[in-house]
This record gives sequence, C-alpha cells and structure tokens, in this order.
Amino acid sequence: MTIDQTAWLNILTSTPAQVHEQAQKHAIAGIKMQVQNMAVYYGNFCAVRDVNLKINEHHITAIIGPSGCGKSTVLRSLNRMNDLVPKSRIEGQVMLDGENLYAPGVDVVDGRRRVGMVFQRPNPFPKSIYDNVAYGPRLYGIGNKRELDEIVEHSLHQAALWDEVKDKLNQSGLALSGGQQQRLCIARAIAVEPEVILMDEPASSLDPIATLKIEDLMQELKRDYTIVIVTHNMQQAARVSDYTAMMMMNEDRSGTIIEVDETRNLFTRPKDRRTEDYITGRFG
Amino acid sequence: MSAISVAVHARNRQRYQFRRGVNAVMLGLTSVATVVAILPLIWILGYVLQEGGRFLSLDFFTQLPTPVGVPGGGVANAIVGSAILVGLACLFAIPPALLAAIYAHARPNTPLGLALRFGTDVLSGVPSIVVGIFAYTVVVLPLRRFSALAGGLALAVIMLPIIIRATEEMLKLVPKNLREGSLALGAPEWKTQLRVMLPAALDGVVTGVMLGIARVAGEAAPLVLTSFGNPFWSTDVTQPMAALPHMIFVYAIAPYKDWHDKAWTTALVLIVLVLGLNIAARLLISWRRRQLGA
Repeated sequence: MTIDQTAWLNILTSTPAQVHEQAQKHAIAGIKMQVQNMAVYYGNFCAVRDVNLKINEHHITAIIGPSGCGKSTVLRSLNRMNDLVPKSRIEGQVMLDGENLYAPGVDVVDGRRRVGMVFQRPNPFPKSIYDNVAYGPRLYGIGNKRELDEIVEHSLHQAALWDEVKDKLNQSGLALSGGQQQRLCIARAIAVEPEVILMDEPASSLDPIATLKIEDLMQELKRDYTIVIVTHNMQQAARVSDYTAMMMMNEDRSGTIIEVDETRNLFTRPKDRRTEDYITGRFG
Repeated sequence: MSAISVAVHARNRQRYQFRRGVNAVMLGLTSVATVVAILPLIWILGYVLQEGGRFLSLDFFTQLPTPVGVPGGGVANAIVGSAILVGLACLFAIPPALLAAIYAHARPNTPLGLALRFGTDVLSGVPSIVVGIFAYTVVVLPLRRFSALAGGLALAVIMLPIIIRATEEMLKLVPKNLREGSLALGAPEWKTQLRVMLPAALDGVVTGVMLGIARVAGEAAPLVLTSFGNPFWSTDVTQPMAALPHMIFVYAIAPYKDWHDKAWTTALVLIVLVLGLNIAARLLISWRRRQLGA
C-alpha cells in the first residue's frame, strides 16, 4: 500500500470529528481563511474571478478598490451571504481553518456563526438593546437568564458600548445614535463568539468621531478575532489594517484581486501599476 | 431700468397672478372632492345615530331579544355571538394567513408564490354569499346542522386574502438588511422570518387583521347559510348562533315597526363596537411604538 492509499483509507474510515481534527492540524498556522481561485456569478454575470486571498489570524485585512469592483461580493462569499442572492453561483474554494465552507454537506448556519458580519448601514433589530445582543445566543439555545446577562454585558463591553447603554438595556436599539447602533451591531455579532468578523464599510454612514471609535474598536477586537474589512476609504484602510488587498475591474466588468501585501508595503511600494495609480488618485 | 426688463417684469407679474388663480381653483376642487368622499361616512353615522340612538339603553347590551310587540329586550346574544364568530374566524384565518404571507414574500417568484398571489386576488373578489354557500356545503351539510363553526369558517375565508395581502405588503416595507443581519448571525430562515421580520412588520400586520375583522364583523350574507342566527342565548359553537349583522337583517326585513327600530339600534351597536376595536388596536400600536422608541 502506498502512502497515498493509506491517506485515502484514513479519510474513508474516519469519523467526521476525526476528519475535522486532521483538517485543523493541517491548517497552516496563522492563516485563518483562504480563498482559492474563486469566481462568483450572478446569473450569467461574472462578478469576481480568479480571487486568491489569505487572511491571517488576529490581523485586520482590508479590501480596497473602486466602486463596483466586487469588494462586497468577495467579503460576502466568506460567510456565504451571497447564497441569499437569487441565481448566484460560486466556483473555487473558501477555506476556514483548512475546511472548504462550500463543500457539500457543510452547515451554512455553523459557518455563519463562525464568520460574523457587520453591515454598511447599522441594522439593529427593532428590539431592545438587550434583546439585540441576546438574539444570537438565544438562537443557539442559551436560555439561562444569568448566562445571557453575562454574554450581553461582555459583548457590549467588547464593543465599547457598555458604559453608554448599561442603564437603558431595555430601550430600543433604534433609539441609539448611528455610531452606537453600529457598535450594537458589532456587539450582536460578537455575542455568538465568531472567529472571524467581516465588516462591509462599517463606518461609511457614520460621522468622523463615530468612525474613529469604530476604528479604535477594531484594533481592540483583533486580539480576539480575525477581521476583514471592505472600505472605499483608502486612509481608513491605511490606518486600521495590517494587510490590504487591492481589487480592480477587468475589461469584462468582473473584479479580481490584483495585489495583496502588508498594508505598509502596498501603500508605499505598490508592485502593480494600477494599484499605484489608484492610491495616488490618478485612477480614472 | 430698460424697457425690455420692465416688459418682462410686467409679464412675470401677470403669470404669477394666473398661477395663483389656477392654484386656488385646484385647491378648491380637491377640497370639494375630499368633502364628497367623507360625506357618505358622516351621513351614515349621523343617520344611524339618529335612528338607533333613541332606543339605546343598557338593557340593549345585556338582555335577550324579545318577540314582536314586547317592549325592551336587547341583543346580548348577538354581541357575544358576533364576538365568538369573529374570534373563530381569527383563529382559523390568522395563523395560515401569516405563514402564507411570509412564504409569498420570501419566495415571490416560485410557482407556489405566484399561485398564492393570484389566489388571494381571486378570493378577495369572491362574493361573500358564495363563501357562505361553500361553508354550507363543506360544514353544514356533512354535520347536518347550522353551526357557529361553519360561520367562523366562512368569515375566515373572507378574512384570509385581506390579512395575507396586508401582511405581505408590510413585510415588503421591512428593510432587507434586517433579514441579512439575522441570517448573518447563523439564524435559519424560518426563525429570521418569525423573530425579526414579522415583529418588525407587526404594526402593519395588526392593522391588516383589524381591517379583516372590521370587514367580516359586518358580514350577514354568509352567516344566513352557516351560523343561521339564534334568538336564544347560546355559546355552543356546534349550534346555530346569533350575530349582529344577521340580527340587523332579520329585524330590518320584518314587517314590524318596533323591529325596524331595533335594526337601527343594532346597527349602531355594531358600528360602535367595530370602531372601538379599531381605536383600541391603534392605541396598542402607538403604545408599542413608544415602547420601542421608534
């Protein structure tokens, strides 16, 4: 029996838990997610193609690029939110800890729990602040009041919102200011203990002060989580991220990542001419 | 000032006067149309109040109907009967209507979604007497007796399209990103719909249900063939039951003066009860809105 055959036999005879363990072991240390040769189609339209991206654990990866180049599509493919778009189709692989999120039989719900998301417009549910944060944990069957209290307080603390709302947890989440609402949404995402948090232009509808708060918060959060942020604000990407992926549209209007590097390098010594044009503002 | 600019100025003034005139005429027309639209309502309310108010008394709410010529008496059994019939209708109609509306909203272009939309349109156009015949055939004939159950079912069929339509329209108004926010937390679609979408649309859904109730609370035709009416006290849903609109019908077509008066009074009671229910629901909604601070 060759080594290859042994490996196959192992896989065929292992329980899912064992396979998972194997996959965990083989996951390359430090790389939390990896997108391989991904293409996303909406109907016949190819929105992005040839996307390759590594997302490092406990770092912030920014995706920048001009409008319509598919930044959000790439981001939303990381927790299968594109599945919600009718007639969408994906090729290639999105690995989370070495496991393909799009492999047949993978639980979408579990994937979305592990990869949380914060949206462009704050979208608190029309419920109390407490119920907003407790919504996720309750989904996963936590009904114990004391346990929920703890999760809510911890999540709001982590989202740097606790001090502002601790006396009005029963008020509606909609009564908060835009910046507070966005931090509430971050707290809501944190409450289900995700491993990765996706942020789709999380500060684009906020004023500069609220934006600064969110950016500071991201630096705090990256100690516990891996963060991917889409932004059309290059200064923001330069300020907050450790790695930056530059996206650009091809002639057929599909988007591709043209360059990924440490943020410092990408902004000071871009390798691709198009990146340089874009970050220096010479892009048409 | 040059001659040209003086001329232009004069013309502008003229045009301005003309535009003001047109504005006044249009404002007048729309005001008249508004009054014409409200007039029937005021007229009906006023007339019913005038004709029915004279015989209104506490007894009318607490007593059973009396035979012809016997003074006094009331429509207590019809008030309770109407409440039971409408309650049954809500019980039969609201749960399936909400679920169907959720489906139609979440899967609008599937064959089932399209069929549902077409079906509700057709159903809302079916005359209520036909619905009555339907309930008569499927409930009254097999059970071999008129019953409140059959009446409730007939009213439920009439309510269904109203609630489905209202709920679907309200769900459409809920921002899409609420659904995404819930799904992104790993919530399954059905929990997202029931715990986020439906509560977010609740105000409108309640309004839709109230519209449905207001509509069926005044239906007499389907009840003639189903709950049949009952001059006595009965809360047994398997037996014939009195109802306010049916009572009005019976009183109004009878050849007795005192029954005609009672028909008016019953009409007044029906209108006031439905109106009261509507106001209560609206107060509840605004109270809930204040609670949510939005």
